[in-house]
Amino acid sequence: MARVGAALKFAALAALATFLVVPQRFASLFAPLNPSGAPPIYDQGNLLALALAHLGIVCLAAVASAVVAVTLGILVTRDRGARFLPLSRTLVGFGQTFPPVAVLALAVPLVGFGEKPTLIALFAYGLLPVFENTVAGLKAVPAEPLDAARGMGMSASERLRSVELPLALPMILEGVRLSVVINVGTATIGSTVAAKGLGEVIIAGLLSNNDAFVLQGGLATGLIAVLLYEAIGVLERRVCRTSRIA
Amino acid sequence: MIEIERLTKAYGGTTVVDEVSFTVERGSITVVVGTSGSGKSTLLRMINRLVEPSAGRVRIDGRDTAKEPAHLLRRRIGYVIQGNGLFPHRTVAQNVATVPRLLGWDETRIAVRVRELLELLQLDPRDYADKFPHQLSGGQQQRVGVARALAAEPAVVLMDEPFGALDPIIRAKAQQDLLEVRRRYGTTVVVVTHDMDEAFRLGDRVAVMSRGRVLQYDRPAALLTRPADPFVTQLTGVADRALRLLSLRRAAEVATASSPSDPPIGNTARVREDASLRDVLSELLWSGSPAAAVVDAEGRTLGWLTVAAILAQARAS
Ligand SMILES: Nc1ncnc2c1ncn2[C@@H]1O[C@H](COP(=O)(O)OP(=O)(O)OP(=O)(O)O)[C@@H](O)[C@H]1O
Ligand SMILES: [Mg+2]
Repeated sequence: MARVGAALKFAALAALATFLVVPQRFASLFAPLNPSGAPPIYDQGNLLALALAHLGIVCLAAVASAVVAVTLGILVTRDRGARFLPLSRTLVGFGQTFPPVAVLALAVPLVGFGEKPTLIALFAYGLLPVFENTVAGLKAVPAEPLDAARGMGMSASERLRSVELPLALPMILEGVRLSVVINVGTATIGSTVAAKGLGEVIIAGLLSNNDAFVLQGGLATGLIAVLLYEAIGVLERRVCRTSRIA
Repeated sequence: MIEIERLTKAYGGTTVVDEVSFTVERGSITVVVGTSGSGKSTLLRMINRLVEPSAGRVRIDGRDTAKEPAHLLRRRIGYVIQGNGLFPHRTVAQNVATVPRLLGWDETRIAVRVRELLELLQLDPRDYADKFPHQLSGGQQQRVGVARALAAEPAVVLMDEPFGALDPIIRAKAQQDLLEVRRRYGTTVVVVTHDMDEAFRLGDRVAVMSRGRVLQYDRPAALLTRPADPFVTQLTGVADRALRLLSLRRAAEVATASSPSDPPIGNTARVREDASLRDVLSELLWSGSPAAAVVDAEGRTLGWLTVAAILAQARAS
């Protein structure tokens, strides 16, 4: 079973890479979707460059929201920060319930077109999973090792660094993984405000009634999401192996 | 030396430790016994300020513990938490190295110390140093917990039911190890236990707690011969108190004091000088011999013990 899974993932990676580097190879596959005679493969830009730009925005936003969400999660699980937990929850939750498209619309007048409004939208959208998992992970740290850490004479920051965070790390990474995967898809809307990304392919398809383009953009985005999900999963398992979970 | 003065802890309206005072001499072992919920852990945790006292004070080697930052105080005091509390994400060696790391020891010194302690506690470093706690049995985990508490050579060690999860054989060995640690490093130890046999085996002094109060703080023998409260008698047990008393006396003390000049007639058993009178009596009953030769480590005869001489010791004076 595991062998089949690994083979599938490898095949997906190979297909994605081939498609991004030499998309014309797939021309015959997409040709039936646009009988009008329009080009079957996206030709208004380099697919690989778009995919890398897409990934770049997603990763930058993920790093930013992870830093903010983890920091906030740490603060509200300290004794002195506990009363800010409900407020933080509301704010972070708002970040996710507020539609990213609306964030874009509001951000453009402030920061202009391009990557910036997209980054803001993805940042706000990606906070919630990381924040909630950080809080849950820190709260789930068993009382006994924490008590022992206090008994050994660790200061609060030493306890956080050497006991709480390592034990919560698998949960935090799971949150980052969710956040990243959601944002790979969400990032396609950035193309409506002229951010470079795979959304361009989809929008070009919509504008010219070319279903092949739409499918290509969608498939490439989806494959990237799946592969990133797996990659972070591997990282997570590596962390867990040196942790309590056998 | 630990001086505890009118130490009190109240949660809301309930007093769980009530004006407890006693002194633990340097290099001695005090055992705290009592029923569940009597306040043993709370008392212990006030010594290293894991619980802040509501009133009273603790002095260690003359210094008031309240005058020092709590986390620095705790680095000087070994602590074995009830139920071990090992760090699940750290190896055995890393767990043991916790306090030395906090104190900034260099790596070689830490490595040497970790190895020494694992060997002392019967955990072969080659097999166990790199294992994670979940790969150990409950008893092995407890021993790692004890090693971790001793790592930075603390002058004072607090242990909350450290041997609870050990089988009788390993437990007896761990108790021997603790006595050895005390002998070798002169460590002052306070141990909480439920087990009266353990209290009698380890304790120079025993504190009997009930409902937050210390009913008696005394030598183990005195708990049997001069109980201060009916609860003490109940806890130490009536049925085998004569045997308990015998178990507190070393063969050598009695043999040399009351030795006849000539060896007794008949077959004699041989017992080691550090055997308890209880063990000697048991040996005499089993072998049918009227007397036993008490020998030292080199096998030299120090004196003789007869059944009659032992029985004379078994009555409370
Ligand atoms: N943080 C706390 N808040 C309120 N009550 C507490 C707290 N800690 C302990 N207690 C109460 O204090 C009493 C003494 O608890 P403690 O843990 O010292 O008992 P113990 O003698 O160690 O018991 P055991 O042998 O079961 O470990 C108990 O009744 C307990 O419920
Ligand atoms: Mg207790």
